[in-house]
Amino acid sequence: MLAKRIIPCLDIKNGRTVKGVNFEGLVDAGDPVELAGRYSEEGADELVFLDITATNEKRKTLVPLVRDIARQLRIPFTVGGGIGSVDEIAALLQVGADKVSLNSSIVRDPELITRAADRFGSQCIVAAVDAKRNGDSWNVYINAGQKDTGLDALEWCREVADRGAGEILLTSMDRDGTKSGFDNELLSRISDAVPIPLIASGGAGTIEHCIDAVTVGHSDAVLAASIFHFREIEIADLKQAMHDAGIPVRL
Amino acid sequence: MIAIIDYKAGNLASVSNALDRLMAGYIITNRPDNLDNADAVIFPGVGHAGSAMKDLKQNGLDVWLKQTTKPVLGICLGMQLFFETTTEGKTDTLGVIPGRLEKFDSSKGKVPHMGWNTVSIRKKHPLMAGIAPGTHFYHVHSYFAPVTGHTIAESAYSAPFTAAAAYKNYVGVQFHPEKSGSAGEQLLRNFLNMVYGGTRTTMA
Repeated sequence: MLAKRIIPCLDIKNGRTVKGVNFEGLVDAGDPVELAGRYSEEGADELVFLDITATNEKRKTLVPLVRDIARQLRIPFTVGGGIGSVDEIAALLQVGADKVSLNSSIVRDPELITRAADRFGSQCIVAAVDAKRNGDSWNVYINAGQKDTGLDALEWCREVADRGAGEILLTSMDRDGTKSGFDNELLSRISDAVPIPLIASGGAGTIEHCIDAVTVGHSDAVLAASIFHFREIEIADLKQAMHDAGIPVRL
Repeated sequence: MIAIIDYKAGNLASVSNALDRLMAGYIITNRPDNLDNADAVIFPGVGHAGSAMKDLKQNGLDVWLKQTTKPVLGICLGMQLFFETTTEGKTDTLGVIPGRLEKFDSSKGKVPHMGWNTVSIRKKHPLMAGIAPGTHFYHVHSYFAPVTGHTIAESAYSAPFTAAAAYKNYVGVQFHPEKSGSAGEQLLRNFLNMVYGGTRTTMA
């Protein structure tokens, strides 16, 4: 049976892992290659690396880092953060990234999804969508949550699937960093409406939250950062609890 | 020496990194004369069958693959191309293993089938040696080969499908052993053992 996936997310700045809440008070959390290896050994099913380096120098550090990660890691990983062109995607896939996550760039240029999926296959194109509640629906935000695009999240998720994205990484901005649980209404509404797998993000605080994201939110995978970084929840304990709750997982 | 076939649909870094971790010698090539000198061939692949076949044909690799008697391991799209004509772009695939590819029905489950799924052994085969029944492997695909007499391991999503197949000198896996943790590493080691004999775990 297909297992629900647990995906730790690592923030990368200038080639190092950083930890922090809402991009504030960032502290160095060590070598991404080592941390990735640790998560993999502990039972992570996949990893996401989000490059938050703000400078123009970022590609100079990211590509060699991805190469190093790919040499060591025996599970799939996704790289995201400011990726805006087919050439950038090609460079990351060529050094061993399994997938790339695209966010603001595909809102500005939806054709990028189509071009990238045609060239590299849908399986490696993850559409990252940051959604914030707006009455009875959710709007899509870009530029790290700074800008409201006015797009309806459900409509946008349908469009990215139509255009060839292989997966959606959906972050609730209302819940992100709060540890108050995932926005299961948002998750289930979108998961039930789009034909591609959905990764839940934003709000993980407890094991129960992660179970709910699957059972109530209908997510195919659960992504979290701080609960794993600060070892508030051990991946093995989480997966055992999910298994005990009747959710198929890879133990 | 293992030859990894280099064509546009390959996820070459993942496969070559996995062979590095196993300390196996390899070359990455798109030239049939290099393949002639190899002990065995790994045929990776992701993406569309149509563009993959076009690329293989440009370099004469389709003909080489159909005629070879060397051990060939197809991975993901590589394995699918061993089977018969797909509906994806109405491509003629290699057709070296009997059986026709099908697409998962998106009304019965999300497509692509993506993630770790359990694999059950159907037939004893050295490729699956030491792999426990129900082991999870990482899959990403929208098309599948149905379960046939050449299936050595199967899995199920919205339909049962061939997870691993063997016929003559061709073996193939639908999942990605190079991305499937220690179980995937075991499978690649098994392939090397099939090629080189014995239970050696390293080869220069």
